Amino acid sequence: MLLFLEQLLNGVQLSVTLLLMASGLTLVFGIMNLLNLAHGSLFMVGAYVAAWTTGVSGSWLLGLVAGAAAAFVTGIVIELVVMRRLYARDHLDQVLATFGLILFFNELVRLLWGIRPMRLDVPEALGGFVEIVPGAPYPLYRLAVIAAGAAVMLALAWLVQGTRVGMRIRAGSVDREMIGALGVDIGRLYTLVFALGALLAGLAGVLAGPFLAIQSGMGEPILILAFVVVVIGGIGSLKGAVAGSLLVGITDTLGRVYLPKITDAGPALSSMLIFLVMAVVLAVFPTGLYGRKS
Amino acid sequence: MPPLLRDALPFLVLAVAPVVATLAGADWLVPVFTRMVVFALAAMALDFILGVGGMVSLGHAAFFAVGGYVVGIGSQHVAESTPTPFGLPGWDDLLISLPLAFTVGVLIALPFGWVSLRTRGAYFIMITLALAQMVYYGLVGLTSYGGDDGISMWWGRNTVAGAALPNRLALHFLCLGLLVAAFVVLKRLCAAPFGRVLDGARQNEARMRALGYRPLPYQIGAFALSGGIVAVAGALMANVDEFVSPGMGHWTISGELLVIVILGGIGSLSGAVWGAVVLLGLEEGLKEITEHWPILLGPLLVVIVLFARGGLTGLLDRLGSRRTQGGDDAGGA
Repeated sequence: MLLFLEQLLNGVQLSVTLLLMASGLTLVFGIMNLLNLAHGSLFMVGAYVAAWTTGVSGSWLLGLVAGAAAAFVTGIVIELVVMRRLYARDHLDQVLATFGLILFFNELVRLLWGIRPMRLDVPEALGGFVEIVPGAPYPLYRLAVIAAGAAVMLALAWLVQGTRVGMRIRAGSVDREMIGALGVDIGRLYTLVFALGALLAGLAGVLAGPFLAIQSGMGEPILILAFVVVVIGGIGSLKGAVAGSLLVGITDTLGRVYLPKITDAGPALSSMLIFLVMAVVLAVFPTGLYGRKS
Repeated sequence: MPPLLRDALPFLVLAVAPVVATLAGADWLVPVFTRMVVFALAAMALDFILGVGGMVSLGHAAFFAVGGYVVGIGSQHVAESTPTPFGLPGWDDLLISLPLAFTVGVLIALPFGWVSLRTRGAYFIMITLALAQMVYYGLVGLTSYGGDDGISMWWGRNTVAGAALPNRLALHFLCLGLLVAAFVVLKRLCAAPFGRVLDGARQNEARMRALGYRPLPYQIGAFALSGGIVAVAGALMANVDEFVSPGMGHWTISGELLVIVILGGIGSLSGAVWGAVVLLGLEEGLKEITEHWPILLGPLLVVIVLFARGGLTGLLDRLGSRRTQGGDDAGGA
């Protein structure tokens, strides 16, 4: 029972990372109709810059800010240089161009920081354990990640639902030509949305950094999981991203713990579990749980 | 350039270049060209569903890897004289492993196609990607076949009807023969009613239905055929490298196949051969310049996508369009 509770929390913590990734992907897709494979690269940039900054300065907080800022700036640059030329193209062209960007970024970090994986330690202040129930110590940092992720998502929900910018974003996802005609500068709105998604991805990279080996190509496994989340939840829907990330994060974590105890084929089966879940969801809801019916 | 020459030229290059290399005493170059042939075969199968059927699959590496493992698993059991899981003896002859790879590829592609074709557009891309990841992790989990490390076929490649292939050149021309055969079959299929229905469904599914066709069985059939051919390419790749690993199913291979199709020009089939020759040639060339070659290839791909629409065959058609009005109908996805 204690193991179950602990793993459930681990699952929620993975969900938070996925949600930060998936919300950016789904916003960018919903509003600009852009399929961005390079979203994982922004995750990687966040983690690398945070690890490097923390290593040089000794301050974890500075690393967090630097990592998120680096992803934000990288997002703005690739939006201005590459992405805005792709909005009018079909998904195939977008897949290819962003595939090229992945090759570039994966090699760039190798060039800058070498091929040896970097580490980002848990910040000292959050290094301890708390007893969630008596006799069950749980790492404080993981709880802090869950809390931070929830706070960021609430802030995002407020931004999208409660502000003028958010109103424009929502309007843009319904009919971008119309809001252009109403005098909204679409170009700036798109840059903003893309950079926002990049910021969230960078943040996810920093927060998940202590659990991962920070190395070239680290963004792609998480990107593919985030795709599964977006597809399950329904492309363009933030509500769907929340539901999808909880489903994927918890299923994946619990599957990895409990399936190997049931069957010998457990390790392979548990890696495949979420893709089976996705196939089942799509067989029933072809546009995802909260997707628009076509 | 006239269409016939445009189609035949890359095949000629792949037939002549390894012979020249061997005569010049550089027979270590032959596998480089064989790789081009194998990737051209896989990319051509992808082009069939992408260019004609409008299905953008980012998961074809799964079939490639499965084909490779059909060869690897069969020959491991022969080398170790152990029976395969169902009590059958192992196999290490291409006359068995190639048809078997095709069959397994088709059998896996059928359910994958069925699930993926519940959706369209971006969903389709992401689902094929996710299903391929599932296969990838499944292969990593095959601990009795090397797990992460795969199978190193130190016992050598498959025989052909019991006889060992004499040299690399023989394997190369075997692969090239299969590539030509695939080209002829797929080209015929494009012109047959099967291909016309696929093409029609890509352009306008609602109208095809109004004409009384159900596109879905055609699309699933094409997807399965494509998966089978890619598995054959994977089986050949295993024989070229004498090595299989889950890496064959890595999603970057799916991406590379898409790049080859786009680079060559969508929907022309021979474009896949052009694309494979140019992309793999480019990779080899860039490797000579710097070990960090992806940092050059990445931006190059972006530039190609942004500025060279229609790919190489499109470019070649435009060169020849002064005489022949209009080129092939190479549509987008």
